[in-house]
Parts: sequence; C-alpha cells; structure tokens
Amino acid sequence: MSIAPAPSAAVHAIRGRLATRRRNVTVGLAVALALAFALALYLGDFPVVPLDVLRSLLSPLTGEVNKGVDFIVLNVRVPRAVLAVLTGMSFALSGIIFQTLLRNPLASPDIIGISHGASASAVFCIIVLGLSGLWVSVGAFAGAVLTALAIYGLAWRNGVTAYRVVLIGIGMAAIMGAVMSYLFTRARLFEVQQALAWLIGSLNAANPGDIYPLAMALVVLIPLTIALVRTLDAMQLGDDTATALGARVEFSRLGLILAAVGYAAFATAAVGPVSFVAFVAGPIARRLLNGAGNGFLQAALVGALVMLGSDMVAQHALPSIQLPVGVVTGVFGALFLLWLLIASNRAGRVN
Amino acid sequence: MTVSAPTFDARRGVPLLLGLLGLVAIVLCVAFLSITVGARPVTLDTVWAALTAYNPDSTDHRIIWELRLPRTVIGLLVGAALGLAGAVLQGATRNPLADPSILGIHAGAALFVVLGVAILGISQLSIYVWLAFAGAGAAMLIVYAVASLGREGATPIKLALAGAAMTAALQSVISAILLTSPRTLDEVRFWQVGSLAGRNMDIVIQVAPFLAVGIVLALASARLLDGLSMGEDVARALGQRIGLSRAIAGLAAVVLAGASTAAAGPIAFVGLTVPHVARAITGPNYRWILPYSMLLAPILLLGADVLGRVLAPPGEVQVGIVTAFLGAPFFIALVRRRKLASL
Repeated sequence: MSIAPAPSAAVHAIRGRLATRRRNVTVGLAVALALAFALALYLGDFPVVPLDVLRSLLSPLTGEVNKGVDFIVLNVRVPRAVLAVLTGMSFALSGIIFQTLLRNPLASPDIIGISHGASASAVFCIIVLGLSGLWVSVGAFAGAVLTALAIYGLAWRNGVTAYRVVLIGIGMAAIMGAVMSYLFTRARLFEVQQALAWLIGSLNAANPGDIYPLAMALVVLIPLTIALVRTLDAMQLGDDTATALGARVEFSRLGLILAAVGYAAFATAAVGPVSFVAFVAGPIARRLLNGAGNGFLQAALVGALVMLGSDMVAQHALPSIQLPVGVVTGVFGALFLLWLLIASNRAGRVN
Repeated sequence: MTVSAPTFDARRGVPLLLGLLGLVAIVLCVAFLSITVGARPVTLDTVWAALTAYNPDSTDHRIIWELRLPRTVIGLLVGAALGLAGAVLQGATRNPLADPSILGIHAGAALFVVLGVAILGISQLSIYVWLAFAGAGAAMLIVYAVASLGREGATPIKLALAGAAMTAALQSVISAILLTSPRTLDEVRFWQVGSLAGRNMDIVIQVAPFLAVGIVLALASARLLDGLSMGEDVARALGQRIGLSRAIAGLAAVVLAGASTAAAGPIAFVGLTVPHVARAITGPNYRWILPYSMLLAPILLLGADVLGRVLAPPGEVQVGIVTAFLGAPFFIALVRRRKLASL
C-alpha cells in the first residue's frame, strides 16, 4: 500500500492534531477508569481505609495478612471490579465490531438478535428446564453462538452483505423475542421473576470463578481483533474497493463476526445480557475522538467505565438496596450518550 | 417543496396498481375470516343476521358485535398504522432498523402503563390506552427535542441514537419497577406482548381519529420521503426543506405509533419488517411503498390474530407472538431469496 505521494506539510499538521486528540482521549479514559477502579475497591458497607486496601492488594507479596480486610478486598471487591471491567470491555468490543462491520450504528448485538438468542435460551433453561446458576450461563452462551451461526448461515449467498445480516438479524431477534414472551405468558409468576432477574444482568454474585472463562476467551479474542481491524478500515470503503485494495474481505469478515459473537457470548454468560453497554460504547468513543481513529481501544475503555461506574451506582446509590447493574447501565449509558449528542456541535459520524 | 413528480410509468405502474387492488381483496378476506372464525363456531347465516338484523338477546350476535367486530377493526387500523409508521420512519431516518420501538415510542408507552399499574393500581384496558398514548407522545417529544439540539438539527443518525438511548433508559426504569413489584409484573407481562383481544368499540372510537390523521399525514409525506431518499444534498438542491419534511414524517410516525400502541400494546416486528417486504415488491419509490405497507401490515397482523385464536385451544396465543413466529421465517426467506433494495 505505498502508492500515496509524500504527504504535504498540511497533511502532517492534521495527522499530528488527530494523533494528539487520540492520545488525549485515550489517556483521559484510562485515568478515569483507574480512578473508578480504585474507588470500587474502597467503597462498601465494610469500611476499609485506602492504606489497608493497598496492604491487602500487596499481601500476596509482603505476606502481611489481615483476614477480615483481605477477604473483603481480595475475594469480594477485586473480583467484582475486574469482572465489571472485563465484561464492559467485551460488550463494547462486540458492539463496535458489529456497528463498524455492518455500517449501522444501531447494529449492536442487543438489536440484531445475538443477545436475544442468549436471553431466549437462558429463559428456556430457567422456566422450562428449571435450571439455575452455571447451567443458565452455559445455555446463554450456546444460545448466542447458535443464533449467530444461524444468522450468518441464512445471510450467506456467495458471501454475506451487511444489509442482509442486519435484516436477518431483525428476523431472528423477533423469533427469539416471541419465544421469550410466550414463555413469560405461560409460566408461573415466580419463574418469570427469576428469568427477569437474569435478563437484567447483575454482578451481585461475582466470584473469581466467573472471571476465568471470560479472561481466557479475551486472551484469544483480543489479538484476533487487533489482527483483523486493519482490514476493517478498508471494508469501510465498500467490499469492492476493499478487495481491490487487497483485503481478504469475506475471510476477515467471518473472523470479525466470530470475535464479536465470542465477546458477546462470554460476557453474557458471565453477567447476563446487561443492556446498552454494547450499543453505547462505540458511539461515545467515536464522538469523543471526533474522527481521530476507529475508536476500538477507546470504546473498550468506555465500556469498562460504563460498566464499573454503573455497578458502583447500583451498589451504593440507594442505602440498603442493591440494584442489579443492568438497571443502571441503561440510564447511565443513555444519559452519557444524550449529553454527547447535545454537546457535540458538529456532525459526529458514528459509522 | 418542489420536487417534480416523475411521470406515471405504465410499464411498472399498472402491475403495481393491480397488485394494490389484489391486496385490498386479501385484506377484505382476512377481515371476513376475523369476523367468522373464533373459539365459538358461528354459522355464516348467523354472522350475516348479526350484521344486518342485530338482536341483542342472542349470544352469537353479541359475540359478533361486541367481540369480533371491534377486534377486526382494531386489527385493520393498528396494522395499517404500524406498517405506515415503520415505512415513514425508515424513510425519514434512512435506516433499515428504524421502527417505533427503536425511537423510544414503545418504551415510553410501556413506562406510563407500568407506572399506572404500579402506583395507581389501574387495571382497566380503557385507561391503559390513554396512559400508553401519553407515554408514547412524551417519549417522542423528548427524543425529537434532544436530537434537534446541536448545530445540525435532527439528523437521522441523531434521531436514531437519541431514540435508542431513550429506550434503554426507560427500559431500565421499567425493569426496576417490575423487579420490585410482582403484582405489576403479573399484570404487565400480558399487556406488553401486544394483543387485539378484549378491546371494545369505545377504544376503537377513541383511537380512530388519531389513526386517521396519522394515516393521512403519512400518505401525504410520500413525496417528501422520496426527496429525502435521494440524500440530503440532492433534496436541498431540488428545493426541499429537509427539516420540515422530517418534522411532518416524524409527526405522522408518532401519532400512528402512539395510537396503535395505545390500542393494542407494543407490537414489535410488524412496523420493522413490512416496509422491507413492500420495498422488495415495489422498488424504492415511497408513493408505492407507503400504500403497500399500509395494506400488507393488516394482512399480517389480522391473519396472525385469527390463527392465534385456533392454534392452541381452549386458550389463545397473543397476536404479537404469532406475528413474530409466522412473520419472521417468511421475512428471512424473503431476504434470502431477493436482492433487496437498500435504503
């Protein structure tokens, strides 16, 4: 790809400005996330002074043990915050891949059927099979993957076009939604309540065991995403142009769809289909960047921040009530996005 | 507003016009079925007698007049409204995923109904209608206001994002209420599926004027949507006032979506997919897409309703569920088979 003439001074200046903006946004988000993480370890009903939090974190190295504090910090707060960050990142990356790939800001997994597949499968496990706990997560994971495979398979005709994937995704979402509605009108109220609690999504039962599957998935998925993102920039120009530029369009698209489904499926299995994080992270990141880059890294940071911030609000905003995180992400993410829509005084292109 | 009308192309126009007449015939057939088919078998003679010489002492006559006729009228009106609302929104935002549920209209209606049940303990359908209507209108006003702020005005992309944000926020509030109030969950889980059953003529009379205004507005906006579909710059160059066009289309969609949600609950899928089917038949011209959507949608909705009555006796399957189960596979097959016109 070296057919471009030497860039002029003006191009250099613009590139410099964009790079600066990208750096500022990334650093700003990273600092905000670090602060939020620290706050998450400090806040809670059991008061722990910041110094003791640090001591606990370092205790595996120093050997200084303080049983009560260590349990609260290392077995309750750290896993919960880590899970929030990882699931937030996963939802965000899933969302921004779909939105970019399908060139439609509305095409996040919670609209084109992937989340519906996971949810319908989980509701089926809860209401019809009477399962709970880990098996519901397994069911949700299987539902997400099978739905995605069905959408891709049905959309395949000598390759897939974004438009076909979106439309068939809508169809699948409708079927899965109908399955859920039907089960809801046929079940006992108690089962419906259980299913609803799972559907909203929560970190209230976070434990270290929930983190491993997701963490291992991310070890595979993140390098895959980084490798394929370059092709995505070419695909933005349309399939024909991208092919002419030497991009292996169909291969890369399949790889990216697999990655996006993987992110959504693992995150949903871990915490339930937490609403709106996948949808909102990409648009927020791109509005902050204002054209300076594709926003993947920034979207991941935004997703983690929305999830972690929402969970803190859910835990500590109302005394004596622990809300599920999914109740807050919708409001939190929505306010964030609406504020950006109002504040940005120029056309922010989101796709 | 002087986008010159293209001349009537007989080669395309005549078959499309015949198709439209064919659809009118199918709508009438489905309406006929909706009046004659149900849990209680009623002979055709009795149906005819009930419609021509009504006898309030006869149970069969009362079933026809008080149950099946309102249900049929609601099905026709709500179907037409949903099909048009979807087509208009997709045209105005130029986004194939646009429909009432994306723009926050359903969520607004649902929130007001949920609040009414949870706080005021309301359980009459006739009050749900007004709650839903107020909620739909309030949500859309806020979405439109937010999208209009900033320099560009209500661009399609901002409308869609603001609508999605609104939907997410309201859904969160709804979830929180349903979690804490089992009684509300028990009441609302049946309403939110969408149904044509149990609506009497009073509800029809209440929402009909709104639906009529919406339908007229929507059909009148065909030319504006054709202008918008050429892209903003072309439309502007042709002298079209973009903001005004979008406002008219948006108003039509709100009135239609609000009134139909009020009458039958938040029925998904119909408004989203029927316009795509219409577009596959007619091509990209909104002068055809709108009337086709307006006729195809009631066929789907009322057909699904009739099927729902006989699928699982003695109970009924709500129309929202049948619509998705029946319509979605058909829709997916259509998307696979045809090269669909992009927006």
